[in-house]
Amino acid sequence: MDCVSEVLSGEATHQPRWFGSLGAPQALQERLAERAQDVPAVKAETDVAIETRDLHVYYGKNHALKGINITFYKNEITALIGPSGCGKSTYLRSLNRMNDTIPTAKTTGHILLNGEDLNRPDIDVWALRKRVGMVFQRPNPFNKSIYENIAFAPRFHGIKKKSTLDDVVEEALRRAALWDEVKDRLHESAFALSGGQQQRLCIARALAIEPDVLLLDEPAAALDPISTAKIEELLLDLKKRYTVIIVTHNMQQAARISDRTAFFYEGELIEYNPTHKLFTNPDKQATEDYVSGRFG
Amino acid sequence: MSLPATRSPELKTNPSHMKFEKLRGTFGYSLTILSVFIILLAVISIYIFVFSKGLSTFFVDKLHLWDFLSGTEWNPTRSEEAGGPVFGVFAFIYGSFVVTFLAAAIAAPIGIGSAIFMTEIAPKWGRKLLQPVVELLVGIPSVVYGFTGLTLLVPFIREHIGGLGFSLLAGVIVLSIMILPTITSISVDTLLTVSPEIKAGSYALGATRWQTIWRLIMRASAPGFVTAVIFGMARAFGEALAVQMVIGNSKRMPTSLLDPGSTITSVITMNMGNTVPGTLENNVLWSLALILLLMSTVFIFAVRLIGQRGRLMS
Repeated sequence: MDCVSEVLSGEATHQPRWFGSLGAPQALQERLAERAQDVPAVKAETDVAIETRDLHVYYGKNHALKGINITFYKNEITALIGPSGCGKSTYLRSLNRMNDTIPTAKTTGHILLNGEDLNRPDIDVWALRKRVGMVFQRPNPFNKSIYENIAFAPRFHGIKKKSTLDDVVEEALRRAALWDEVKDRLHESAFALSGGQQQRLCIARALAIEPDVLLLDEPAAALDPISTAKIEELLLDLKKRYTVIIVTHNMQQAARISDRTAFFYEGELIEYNPTHKLFTNPDKQATEDYVSGRFG
Repeated sequence: MSLPATRSPELKTNPSHMKFEKLRGTFGYSLTILSVFIILLAVISIYIFVFSKGLSTFFVDKLHLWDFLSGTEWNPTRSEEAGGPVFGVFAFIYGSFVVTFLAAAIAAPIGIGSAIFMTEIAPKWGRKLLQPVVELLVGIPSVVYGFTGLTLLVPFIREHIGGLGFSLLAGVIVLSIMILPTITSISVDTLLTVSPEIKAGSYALGATRWQTIWRLIMRASAPGFVTAVIFGMARAFGEALAVQMVIGNSKRMPTSLLDPGSTITSVITMNMGNTVPGTLENNVLWSLALILLLMSTVFIFAVRLIGQRGRLMS
């Protein structure tokens, strides 16, 4: 009987959302506090990786994003949270101009990468996407071998030599913590991998073109808890080299791994703060309500 | 531990209703079994009939199989003094294969190209415009294709390219247009199975549309394209009427594309009315029908095999 009620309430299996600052598990609280010193509210100009100024996105008449200003710092993980339809994925997709592929979408404002405005018509989006990589919610490996999945992009970005390509593939797989699991079967189909492995393959694929910024759209939403843990561990490792921006529905995940968190609601940025602050002492009542599970 | 009896009336079984449902279930089940049985019966009887008729050329009339297949002389009315009737069908088999492969070679790039246009380049208006066009092409009866070919194509070839006009080339062109919709529509279906997520993944890696189509979508769809072409070839191989109207129906071995020729199907339709069942000449036509049947079986198995390998890969 107790089992049943636990399953129904979701406590026994997993907690779908952050259960409020007061209900945070002890370990997580400690971790948040520990990281508090490492994340100052504002960093130096030279630490800025990418930022948006007054970014608006329209889908036809629908005003999906209303003037977003966020500064992302190098070697940090920034989490974008908010209820479904709040615009966080739209925002993420606008950072590497993936919204260009939607005919009705229109983006105004500025996206600055190393002082370069990416949201200009004369920007080569193909070159830009090489600098700003992206990983999607559901693992989407190509119908090719593991090796060919990684080599796909470097090939058309100009690497032709077999030995160089081999090195690129190995390095990407190592960085995605997948090398040891697949090194003996590089030429087998990528579909033979488990869901978690496929997702790490997709991360490796994005890393193979040496991006500065890595965007991840709920990368663990379709994975089991163990695979999720591996991905999170990987992201913490990757931030040493890259700037990581992650959209997540899982507020525990945001609290566990991110340095800063942006809370979106109805197309607006409600609050952007270091994660420990946003989760324990938010500036806005709406943020407090959301992270403590009162709406969303 | 004993449980209480069912008390709620709506949960209790109603014997007459149960009986009715059971009867209805049995009836429905028999109906589906009957349908399957009829299909199987039809297929099996066709195979048995064609085999028995087609093989009697060799077992009853003692025609030599190799002479039949490789001979290039067809003369059912040759006099006894000259050695009796001869039935060499190599020219027809050759004609069938030539027009089938050439028609597929013309129709495959056009069909696959328009399928890519409809799904990747202009998925909105391209499909809206071309889907009905493709369906229209399927719906045109083959006699109309043949008649149009006879009236437009044959004189055109005669005046501008050479020969009589009635030629393998005319057959190839008519067939290639006839199998275009088959190849196009199967290719479209194949391309539609490439998920948008895969395309997004490619764009996110900095691939252009061309690179995405060429290196990813085309490769992923390759088994489907092969299936499409084989289905097209099966249709071309079996098409009789339209081909017969433009190909010239010469019994001689064609030496160029501008020569008139015959295909297996056109020989059957041209001669079946003039032969008496049970005679050698009639049996020979059945042997040709048997070749058609075996070829279509080969085509179907090829498609199955490719489908299976495609599934194994993904």
